[in-house]
Amino acid sequence: MYTVADLKKGLKITLDGDPYLVIAFDFTKPGKGQALYRTKMRNMINGTILDRTYRSGETFEPANLEERQMEYLYKEGTHYTFMDQQTYEQVVMEEEAMGDAKNYLLENLKVDVMLFGEKAIGVALPNFVNLRVVQTDPWAKGDTSGNDSKPATLETGYVLRVPPFIEEGELITIDTRTGEYSTRVKG
Amino acid sequence: MPSFRDHNLRRRAIIIHSIREFFVSRGFLEVETPQRIPANALEEHIEPLRSDGLFLHTSPEVCMKRLLCRGHGRIFQICRCWRGNERGARHVPEFTMLEWYRADSDYLDLMRDCEELLRWVFAACQENGQLFSRQERETDLNRPWPRITVQEAFRRFALSDPLTCIENGLYEEILVSRIEPALAELGVPVILMDYPAEMAALARLKPDDPTVAERFELYAGGLELANGFSELTDPAEQRARFEEANRRRSQAGLAPLPLPAPFLDELAAMPPAAGIALGVDRLVMLLCGAKRIDDVVAFTPEEL
Repeated sequence: MYTVADLKKGLKITLDGDPYLVIAFDFTKPGKGQALYRTKMRNMINGTILDRTYRSGETFEPANLEERQMEYLYKEGTHYTFMDQQTYEQVVMEEEAMGDAKNYLLENLKVDVMLFGEKAIGVALPNFVNLRVVQTDPWAKGDTSGNDSKPATLETGYVLRVPPFIEEGELITIDTRTGEYSTRVKG
Repeated sequence: MPSFRDHNLRRRAIIIHSIREFFVSRGFLEVETPQRIPANALEEHIEPLRSDGLFLHTSPEVCMKRLLCRGHGRIFQICRCWRGNERGARHVPEFTMLEWYRADSDYLDLMRDCEELLRWVFAACQENGQLFSRQERETDLNRPWPRITVQEAFRRFALSDPLTCIENGLYEEILVSRIEPALAELGVPVILMDYPAEMAALARLKPDDPTVAERFELYAGGLELANGFSELTDPAEQRARFEEANRRRSQAGLAPLPLPAPFLDELAAMPPAAGIALGVDRLVMLLCGAKRIDDVVAFTPEEL
Protein backbone atom coordinates (compact mmCIF):
# COMPACT_ATOMS: atom_id res chain seq x y z
CA MET A 1 0.00 0.00 0.00
CA TYR A 2 1.33 3.44 -0.97
CA THR A 3 0.32 6.73 0.66
CA VAL A 4 0.34 10.17 -0.98
CA ALA A 5 3.82 10.66 0.51
CA ASP A 6 5.12 7.93 -1.84
CA LEU A 7 3.89 9.71 -4.97
CA LYS A 8 6.66 10.60 -7.37
CA LYS A 9 7.50 10.40 -11.04
CA GLY A 10 7.97 6.78 -12.08
CA LEU A 11 5.71 5.25 -9.39
CA LYS A 12 3.46 2.47 -10.69
CA ILE A 13 0.03 2.13 -9.11
CA THR A 14 -3.25 0.30 -9.73
CA LEU A 15 -6.27 2.45 -10.43
CA ASP A 16 -9.73 1.12 -11.38
CA GLY A 17 -8.07 -2.22 -12.05
CA ASP A 18 -5.44 -0.94 -14.50
CA PRO A 19 -1.72 -0.29 -13.96
CA TYR A 20 -0.71 3.38 -14.21
CA LEU A 21 2.68 5.04 -14.39
CA VAL A 22 3.02 8.46 -12.65
CA ILE A 23 4.57 10.74 -15.31
CA ALA A 24 4.30 14.14 -13.53
CA PHE A 25 3.80 15.09 -9.92
CA ASP A 26 3.38 18.36 -8.02
CA PHE A 27 2.95 18.96 -4.28
CA THR A 28 1.10 22.14 -3.31
CA LYS A 29 -0.19 23.53 -0.07
CA PRO A 30 -1.98 26.80 -0.72
CA GLY A 31 -2.17 29.31 2.11
CA LYS A 32 -1.75 27.00 5.10
CA GLY A 33 -4.56 24.89 3.68
CA GLN A 34 -4.82 21.21 3.01
CA ALA A 35 -2.00 19.66 0.99
CA LEU A 36 -2.82 18.68 -2.60
CA TYR A 37 -0.89 16.10 -4.60
CA ARG A 38 -1.46 16.75 -8.28
CA THR A 39 -0.47 13.90 -10.58
CA LYS A 40 -0.50 13.03 -14.25
CA MET A 41 -0.57 9.30 -15.00
CA ARG A 42 -0.38 7.07 -18.03
CA ASN A 43 -2.40 3.90 -18.34
CA MET A 44 0.20 1.21 -19.01
CA ILE A 45 -2.21 -0.90 -21.06
CA ASN A 46 -3.87 1.60 -23.41
CA GLY A 47 -1.70 4.71 -23.00
CA THR A 48 -4.52 7.03 -21.84
CA ILE A 49 -3.30 10.03 -19.84
CA LEU A 50 -5.15 10.89 -16.64
CA ASP A 51 -4.96 13.95 -14.32
CA ARG A 52 -5.80 13.24 -10.69
CA THR A 53 -5.52 15.34 -7.53
CA TYR A 54 -5.10 13.56 -4.20
CA ARG A 55 -5.22 14.74 -0.58
CA SER A 56 -3.47 13.71 2.61
CA GLY A 57 -4.63 10.35 3.92
CA GLU A 58 -5.41 8.77 0.53
CA THR A 59 -3.76 5.46 -0.30
CA PHE A 60 -2.98 3.46 -3.44
CA GLU A 61 -2.46 -0.14 -4.40
CA PRO A 62 0.93 -0.71 -6.01
CA ALA A 63 0.68 -2.01 -9.57
CA ASN A 64 1.49 -5.68 -9.30
CA LEU A 65 3.96 -5.70 -12.19
CA GLU A 66 6.52 -8.34 -12.88
CA GLU A 67 9.07 -8.71 -15.65
CA ARG A 68 9.95 -12.27 -16.56
CA GLN A 69 12.26 -13.67 -19.17
CA MET A 70 10.26 -15.84 -21.53
CA GLU A 71 10.65 -17.53 -24.85
CA TYR A 72 8.47 -16.62 -27.81
CA LEU A 73 6.73 -19.78 -29.07
CA TYR A 74 4.24 -19.02 -31.85
CA LYS A 75 1.54 -16.75 -33.19
CA GLU A 76 -2.07 -17.73 -33.80
CA GLY A 77 -4.30 -15.09 -35.36
CA THR A 78 -3.65 -11.99 -33.25
CA HIS A 79 -2.39 -13.95 -30.24
CA TYR A 80 1.27 -14.34 -29.39
CA THR A 81 2.26 -17.11 -27.02
CA PHE A 82 5.28 -16.96 -24.68
CA MET A 83 6.64 -19.54 -22.26
CA ASP A 84 8.57 -19.28 -19.03
CA GLN A 85 11.39 -21.79 -19.50
CA GLN A 86 11.72 -22.48 -15.79
CA THR A 87 8.07 -23.17 -14.97
CA TYR A 88 6.81 -23.97 -18.50
CA GLU A 89 3.98 -21.58 -17.74
CA GLN A 90 2.54 -19.99 -20.90
CA VAL A 91 1.04 -16.52 -21.42
CA VAL A 92 -0.79 -15.11 -24.41
CA MET A 93 -0.43 -11.49 -25.51
CA GLU A 94 -2.75 -9.54 -27.81
CA GLU A 95 -1.14 -8.07 -30.92
CA GLU A 96 -2.08 -4.48 -29.90
CA ALA A 97 -0.10 -4.79 -26.66
CA MET A 98 2.97 -5.93 -28.62
CA GLY A 99 3.66 -2.60 -30.30
CA ASP A 100 6.68 -2.65 -32.62
CA ALA A 101 8.01 -5.78 -30.93
CA LYS A 102 6.10 -7.99 -33.38
CA ASN A 103 8.48 -6.81 -36.13
CA TYR A 104 11.39 -8.60 -34.53
CA LEU A 105 9.86 -11.70 -32.98
CA LEU A 106 11.22 -14.99 -34.20
CA GLU A 107 10.32 -18.27 -32.65
CA ASN A 108 12.55 -19.14 -29.70
CA LEU A 109 13.66 -15.50 -29.16
CA LYS A 110 14.13 -14.73 -25.45
CA VAL A 111 12.41 -11.53 -24.34
CA ASP A 112 11.31 -9.83 -21.11
CA VAL A 113 7.54 -10.01 -20.76
CA MET A 114 5.85 -7.44 -18.47
CA LEU A 115 3.07 -9.09 -16.49
CA PHE A 116 0.27 -7.26 -14.66
CA GLY A 117 -1.10 -10.00 -12.42
CA GLU A 118 -1.77 -12.80 -14.92
CA LYS A 119 -2.02 -10.47 -17.90
CA ALA A 120 0.88 -9.87 -20.29
CA ILE A 121 0.87 -6.15 -21.11
CA GLY A 122 4.18 -5.56 -22.84
CA VAL A 123 7.39 -7.02 -24.06
CA ALA A 124 10.93 -5.67 -23.81
CA LEU A 125 13.28 -6.81 -26.55
CA PRO A 126 17.05 -6.91 -26.57
CA ASN A 127 18.42 -3.64 -28.08
CA PHE A 128 19.79 -5.58 -31.06
CA VAL A 129 18.38 -8.63 -32.85
CA ASN A 130 19.70 -10.59 -35.83
CA LEU A 131 17.25 -11.43 -38.64
CA ARG A 132 17.62 -12.91 -42.11
CA VAL A 133 16.78 -11.01 -45.31
CA VAL A 134 14.26 -13.04 -47.35
CA GLN A 135 13.71 -10.64 -50.22
CA THR A 136 15.65 -7.73 -51.69
CA ASP A 137 16.63 -6.64 -55.21
CA PRO A 138 20.15 -7.55 -56.26
CA TRP A 139 22.69 -4.76 -56.43
CA ALA A 140 23.27 -3.94 -60.09
CA LYS A 141 26.94 -3.30 -60.80
CA GLY A 142 27.41 0.12 -62.31
CA ASP A 143 24.12 1.39 -60.88
CA THR A 144 24.46 5.15 -61.12
CA SER A 145 21.07 6.07 -59.70
CA GLY A 146 22.87 7.24 -56.57
CA ASN A 147 20.58 5.40 -54.18
CA ASP A 148 22.49 4.48 -51.03
CA SER A 149 19.79 2.16 -49.71
CA LYS A 150 17.09 -0.22 -50.89
CA PRO A 151 14.10 -1.96 -49.31
CA ALA A 152 14.49 -5.43 -47.82
CA THR A 153 11.96 -7.83 -46.31
CA LEU A 154 12.97 -9.81 -43.22
CA GLU A 155 11.88 -13.30 -42.21
CA THR A 156 9.37 -11.74 -39.77
CA GLY A 157 7.72 -9.84 -42.60
CA TYR A 158 9.16 -6.51 -41.44
CA VAL A 159 10.37 -4.22 -44.26
CA LEU A 160 13.20 -1.76 -43.77
CA ARG A 161 15.90 0.05 -45.76
CA VAL A 162 19.30 -1.59 -46.01
CA PRO A 163 22.56 -0.65 -47.84
CA PRO A 164 22.74 -1.73 -51.50
CA PHE A 165 25.35 -4.45 -50.87
CA ILE A 166 23.02 -6.57 -48.71
CA GLU A 167 21.87 -9.72 -50.49
CA GLU A 168 19.00 -12.14 -50.05
CA GLY A 169 19.72 -14.80 -47.44
CA GLU A 170 22.11 -12.60 -45.44
CA LEU A 171 21.81 -12.12 -41.66
CA ILE A 172 21.65 -8.49 -40.50
CA THR A 173 21.50 -6.74 -37.10
CA ILE A 174 18.59 -4.36 -36.38
CA ASP A 175 18.43 -1.78 -33.59
CA THR A 176 15.01 -2.49 -32.04
CA ARG A 177 14.89 0.98 -30.44
CA THR A 178 14.88 2.74 -33.82
CA GLY A 179 13.79 -0.10 -36.12
CA GLU A 180 16.76 0.63 -38.37
CA TYR A 181 19.47 -1.46 -39.99
CA SER A 182 22.61 -1.53 -37.87
CA THR A 183 25.18 -3.87 -39.45
CA ARG A 184 25.73 -7.00 -41.49
CA VAL A 185 26.48 -10.20 -39.57
CA LYS A 186 29.64 -11.70 -41.01
CA GLY A 187 30.02 -15.39 -41.50
CA MET B 1 31.79 28.65 -15.22
CA PRO B 2 29.69 28.38 -12.02
CA SER B 3 26.48 26.34 -12.38
CA PHE B 4 22.99 27.80 -11.95
CA ARG B 5 22.96 26.38 -8.44
CA ASP B 6 26.36 27.86 -7.48
CA HIS B 7 25.20 31.22 -8.78
CA ASN B 8 22.03 30.95 -6.71
CA LEU B 9 23.97 30.07 -3.57
CA ARG B 10 25.89 33.35 -3.84
CA ARG B 11 22.72 35.28 -4.56
CA ARG B 12 21.08 33.66 -1.54
CA ALA B 13 23.84 35.04 0.70
CA ILE B 14 23.38 38.54 -0.77
CA ILE B 15 19.61 38.34 -0.22
CA ILE B 16 19.91 37.26 3.42
CA HIS B 17 22.49 39.94 4.09
CA SER B 18 20.29 42.64 2.55
CA ILE B 19 17.21 41.48 4.51
CA ARG B 20 19.21 42.05 7.72
CA GLU B 21 20.31 45.49 6.56
CA PHE B 22 16.72 46.41 5.72
CA PHE B 23 15.33 45.59 9.14
CA VAL B 24 18.27 46.93 11.13
CA SER B 25 18.05 50.23 9.21
CA ARG B 26 14.40 50.50 10.26
CA GLY B 27 15.06 49.96 13.94
CA PHE B 28 14.01 46.30 14.17
CA LEU B 29 15.82 44.14 16.69
CA GLU B 30 17.15 40.83 15.37
CA VAL B 31 16.21 38.02 17.77
CA GLU B 32 16.87 34.30 18.08
CA THR B 33 14.32 32.10 19.82
CA PRO B 34 14.58 28.39 20.69
CA GLN B 35 13.93 26.02 17.79
CA ARG B 36 12.93 23.06 20.01
CA ILE B 37 9.77 23.94 21.90
CA PRO B 38 7.06 22.07 23.87
CA ALA B 39 4.22 23.32 21.65
CA ASN B 40 3.75 25.20 18.39
CA ALA B 41 0.94 27.52 17.35
CA LEU B 42 -1.46 24.77 16.41
CA GLU B 43 -2.65 24.56 12.81
CA GLU B 44 -4.83 21.86 11.35
CA HIS B 45 -2.67 21.33 8.26
CA ILE B 46 0.85 21.86 9.62
CA GLU B 47 2.63 18.80 10.95
CA PRO B 48 5.39 19.50 13.51
CA LEU B 49 8.36 17.12 13.74
CA ARG B 50 9.24 15.62 17.12
CA SER B 51 12.63 16.10 18.68
CA ASP B 52 13.51 14.20 21.85
CA GLY B 53 10.29 14.92 23.77
CA LEU B 54 9.86 18.40 22.25
CA PHE B 55 8.82 19.69 18.83
CA LEU B 56 10.95 21.45 16.27
CA HIS B 57 9.28 24.78 15.68
CA THR B 58 7.17 25.07 12.52
CA SER B 59 7.57 28.86 12.80
CA PRO B 60 9.10 31.11 15.49
CA GLU B 61 5.66 32.68 15.97
CA VAL B 62 4.91 31.63 19.56
CA CYS B 63 8.21 32.81 21.04
CA MET B 64 8.29 36.00 19.00
CA LYS B 65 4.84 36.99 20.17
CA ARG B 66 5.92 36.38 23.75
CA LEU B 67 8.72 38.88 23.12
CA LEU B 68 6.07 41.35 21.93
CA CYS B 69 4.27 40.78 25.24
CA ARG B 70 7.55 41.55 26.98
CA GLY B 71 7.69 44.96 25.32
CA HIS B 72 9.90 44.39 22.26
CA GLY B 73 7.85 46.28 19.69
CA ARG B 74 9.85 45.72 16.49
CA ILE B 75 11.57 42.38 16.06
CA PHE B 76 12.69 40.13 13.22
CA GLN B 77 14.22 36.68 12.92
CA ILE B 78 15.72 34.59 10.11
CA CYS B 79 15.75 30.93 11.11
CA ARG B 80 15.34 27.34 10.04
CA CYS B 81 11.85 25.85 10.49
CA TRP B 82 10.56 22.31 10.06
CA ARG B 83 7.28 20.97 8.73
CA GLY B 84 6.66 17.27 8.23
CA ASN B 85 5.41 15.66 4.99
CA GLU B 86 6.17 18.72 2.87
CA ARG B 87 8.24 18.02 -0.20
CA GLY B 88 7.68 19.29 -3.72
CA ALA B 89 8.94 21.83 -6.24
CA ARG B 90 8.36 24.62 -3.69
CA HIS B 91 8.72 22.72 -0.40
CA VAL B 92 11.45 21.11 1.63
CA PRO B 93 10.70 19.92 5.19
CA GLU B 94 13.55 22.06 6.59
CA PHE B 95 13.48 25.60 5.23
CA THR B 96 14.40 29.18 6.06
CA MET B 97 11.80 31.58 7.37
CA LEU B 98 11.91 35.33 7.87
CA GLU B 99 9.40 36.61 10.41
CA TRP B 100 8.86 40.12 11.62
CA TYR B 101 6.46 41.63 14.14
CA ARG B 102 5.49 45.19 14.91
CA ALA B 103 3.45 46.50 17.84
CA ASP B 104 0.73 49.12 17.37
CA SER B 105 0.41 48.14 13.70
CA ASP B 106 -1.97 46.18 11.53
CA TYR B 107 -1.76 44.13 8.36
CA LEU B 108 -1.79 47.22 6.14
CA ASP B 109 1.56 48.29 7.69
CA LEU B 110 2.96 44.84 6.84
CA MET B 111 1.88 45.16 3.21
CA ARG B 112 3.90 48.38 3.01
CA ASP B 113 6.88 46.62 4.65
CA CYS B 114 6.66 43.89 2.03
CA GLU B 115 6.75 46.36 -0.86
CA GLU B 116 9.74 48.20 0.58
CA LEU B 117 11.58 45.01 1.53
CA LEU B 118 11.24 43.39 -1.90
CA ARG B 119 12.40 46.53 -3.69
CA TRP B 120 15.35 46.84 -1.30
CA VAL B 121 16.43 43.23 -1.77
CA PHE B 122 15.92 43.42 -5.54
CA ALA B 123 18.17 46.50 -5.70
CA ALA B 124 20.84 44.69 -3.65
CA CYS B 125 20.77 41.81 -6.15
CA GLN B 126 21.08 44.17 -9.11
CA GLU B 127 24.10 45.88 -7.59
CA ASN B 128 25.73 42.51 -7.24
CA GLY B 129 25.65 41.34 -10.80
CA GLN B 130 23.26 40.39 -13.53
CA LEU B 131 19.85 39.04 -12.63
CA PHE B 132 19.34 35.49 -13.71
CA SER B 133 15.88 34.96 -15.10
CA ARG B 134 14.37 31.64 -15.99
CA GLN B 135 10.75 32.58 -15.59
CA GLU B 136 8.48 32.79 -18.59
CA ARG B 137 7.22 36.08 -17.32
CA GLU B 138 9.21 38.81 -15.61
CA THR B 139 7.83 40.04 -12.32
CA ASP B 140 7.99 43.81 -12.19
CA LEU B 141 8.48 44.85 -8.59
CA ASN B 142 8.26 48.57 -9.29
CA ARG B 143 4.74 48.79 -10.64
CA PRO B 144 2.05 49.21 -7.97
CA TRP B 145 0.99 45.93 -6.39
CA PRO B 146 -2.70 45.14 -6.72
CA ARG B 147 -4.61 44.20 -3.58
CA ILE B 148 -7.42 41.74 -4.16
CA THR B 149 -9.71 40.27 -1.51
CA VAL B 150 -10.19 36.50 -1.47
CA GLN B 151 -13.89 37.12 -2.15
CA GLU B 152 -13.11 39.18 -5.26
CA ALA B 153 -10.52 36.70 -6.49
CA PHE B 154 -12.93 33.76 -6.27
CA ARG B 155 -15.62 35.78 -8.04
CA ARG B 156 -13.32 37.05 -10.79
CA PHE B 157 -11.18 34.01 -11.49
CA ALA B 158 -13.41 31.10 -10.50
CA LEU B 159 -16.93 32.58 -10.82
CA SER B 160 -17.60 31.33 -7.33
CA ASP B 161 -17.32 32.43 -3.74
CA PRO B 162 -14.91 31.13 -1.12
CA LEU B 163 -17.51 30.01 1.42
CA THR B 164 -19.31 27.77 -1.06
CA CYS B 165 -15.97 26.27 -2.04
CA ILE B 166 -15.04 25.63 1.59
CA GLU B 167 -18.39 23.88 2.18
CA ASN B 168 -17.81 21.64 -0.81
CA GLY B 169 -14.22 20.87 0.17
CA LEU B 170 -12.93 22.50 -3.02
CA TYR B 171 -11.37 25.66 -1.58
CA GLU B 172 -7.75 24.56 -1.92
CA GLU B 173 -8.26 23.05 -5.35
CA ILE B 174 -9.86 26.23 -6.74
CA LEU B 175 -7.09 28.29 -5.16
CA VAL B 176 -4.39 26.17 -6.80
CA SER B 177 -6.00 25.51 -10.16
CA ARG B 178 -7.76 28.84 -10.84
CA ILE B 179 -6.75 31.69 -8.55
CA GLU B 180 -2.98 31.20 -8.27
CA PRO B 181 -2.39 30.80 -12.04
CA ALA B 182 -4.52 33.92 -12.66
CA LEU B 183 -2.49 35.92 -10.12
CA ALA B 184 0.77 34.76 -11.74
CA GLU B 185 -0.51 36.08 -15.09
CA LEU B 186 -0.67 39.64 -13.73
CA GLY B 187 3.12 39.99 -13.92
CA VAL B 188 3.36 41.99 -10.69
CA PRO B 189 3.33 40.92 -7.06
CA VAL B 190 -0.23 40.67 -5.75
CA ILE B 191 -1.65 40.87 -2.26
CA LEU B 192 -4.53 38.47 -1.70
CA MET B 193 -6.29 39.71 1.44
CA ASP B 194 -9.20 39.26 3.84
CA TYR B 195 -9.33 35.49 4.17
CA PRO B 196 -12.47 33.65 5.30
CA ALA B 197 -12.51 33.59 9.11
CA GLU B 198 -12.11 29.79 9.23
CA MET B 199 -8.89 30.05 7.19
CA ALA B 200 -7.04 32.08 9.80
CA ALA B 201 -5.80 30.35 12.93
CA LEU B 202 -4.17 33.32 14.65
CA ALA B 203 -5.47 36.41 12.87
CA ARG B 204 -7.81 39.10 14.16
CA LEU B 205 -11.24 39.26 12.51
CA LYS B 206 -12.07 42.45 10.66
CA PRO B 207 -13.95 44.73 13.07
CA ASP B 208 -16.50 45.81 10.42
CA ASP B 209 -16.88 42.32 8.85
CA PRO B 210 -16.25 39.40 11.21
CA THR B 211 -16.74 36.84 8.40
CA VAL B 212 -13.21 37.62 7.24
CA ALA B 213 -9.85 37.85 9.00
CA GLU B 214 -7.25 40.59 8.58
CA ARG B 215 -4.91 38.18 6.89
CA PHE B 216 -3.07 38.44 3.56
CA GLU B 217 -0.75 36.45 1.39
CA LEU B 218 1.85 37.93 -0.90
CA TYR B 219 2.16 36.25 -4.30
CA ALA B 220 4.96 37.06 -6.73
CA GLY B 221 6.02 35.31 -9.89
CA GLY B 222 3.45 32.59 -9.21
CA LEU B 223 4.98 31.86 -5.81
CA GLU B 224 3.24 32.17 -2.46
CA LEU B 225 5.88 34.24 -0.67
CA ALA B 226 4.49 35.46 2.64
CA ASN B 227 1.56 35.19 5.00
CA GLY B 228 0.82 38.06 7.38
CA PHE B 229 -1.97 39.26 9.61
CA SER B 230 -3.19 41.54 12.33
CA GLU B 231 -2.67 39.47 15.45
CA LEU B 232 -5.48 38.01 17.48
CA THR B 233 -4.91 39.16 21.09
CA ASP B 234 -7.89 37.54 22.78
CA PRO B 235 -6.63 34.50 24.79
CA ALA B 236 -10.06 32.85 25.09
CA GLU B 237 -10.72 33.12 21.35
CA GLN B 238 -7.18 31.89 20.58
CA ARG B 239 -7.59 28.85 22.84
CA ALA B 240 -10.96 28.05 21.22
CA ARG B 241 -9.36 28.16 17.74
CA PHE B 242 -6.53 25.85 18.80
CA GLU B 243 -9.02 23.42 20.29
CA GLU B 244 -11.13 23.55 17.12
CA ALA B 245 -8.01 22.74 15.07
CA ASN B 246 -7.37 19.74 17.32
CA ARG B 247 -10.97 18.59 16.88
CA ARG B 248 -10.57 18.67 13.12
CA ARG B 249 -7.27 16.84 13.39
CA SER B 250 -8.94 14.06 15.36
CA GLN B 251 -11.69 13.82 12.74
CA ALA B 252 -8.98 13.39 10.10
CA GLY B 253 -7.36 10.64 12.19
CA LEU B 254 -4.40 12.78 13.27
CA ALA B 255 -3.02 12.87 16.81
CA PRO B 256 -3.99 15.97 18.81
CA LEU B 257 -1.15 18.40 19.55
CA PRO B 258 -0.36 20.16 22.85
CA LEU B 259 -1.33 23.82 23.29
CA PRO B 260 1.34 26.46 23.95
CA ALA B 261 0.25 27.28 27.53
CA PRO B 262 2.66 30.15 28.43
CA PHE B 263 1.80 31.89 25.17
CA LEU B 264 -1.93 31.67 25.93
CA ASP B 265 -1.28 32.93 29.48
CA GLU B 266 0.67 35.97 28.28
CA LEU B 267 -1.45 36.82 25.22
CA ALA B 268 -3.74 39.19 27.14
CA ALA B 269 -0.70 41.42 27.73
CA MET B 270 0.15 41.62 24.02
CA PRO B 271 -0.21 45.06 22.44
CA PRO B 272 -2.20 45.36 19.21
CA ALA B 273 0.31 44.04 16.70
CA ALA B 274 0.87 42.55 13.27
CA GLY B 275 3.24 39.81 12.21
CA ILE B 276 4.30 38.04 9.05
CA ALA B 277 6.24 35.01 7.86
CA LEU B 278 8.10 35.06 4.55
CA GLY B 279 9.69 32.02 2.95
CA VAL B 280 13.29 32.98 2.27
CA ASP B 281 13.90 30.03 -0.08
CA ARG B 282 10.94 31.16 -2.18
CA LEU B 283 12.23 34.74 -2.27
CA VAL B 284 15.56 33.40 -3.51
CA MET B 285 13.70 31.33 -6.13
CA LEU B 286 11.93 34.48 -7.32
CA LEU B 287 15.12 36.54 -7.56
CA CYS B 288 17.07 33.74 -9.23
CA GLY B 289 14.27 32.73 -11.56
CA ALA B 290 14.49 29.18 -10.19
CA LYS B 291 11.60 26.81 -10.90
CA ARG B 292 12.48 24.36 -8.14
CA ILE B 293 13.45 24.96 -4.52
CA ASP B 294 16.15 22.33 -5.15
CA ASP B 295 18.02 24.98 -7.18
CA VAL B 296 18.35 27.42 -4.26
CA VAL B 297 19.33 25.22 -1.31
CA ALA B 298 22.83 23.91 -0.60
CA PHE B 299 21.52 20.34 -0.26
CA THR B 300 18.09 18.78 -0.71
CA PRO B 301 16.95 16.12 1.79
CA GLU B 302 17.55 13.48 -0.91
CA GLU B 303 21.19 14.54 -1.25
CA LEU B 304 22.05 13.98 2.42
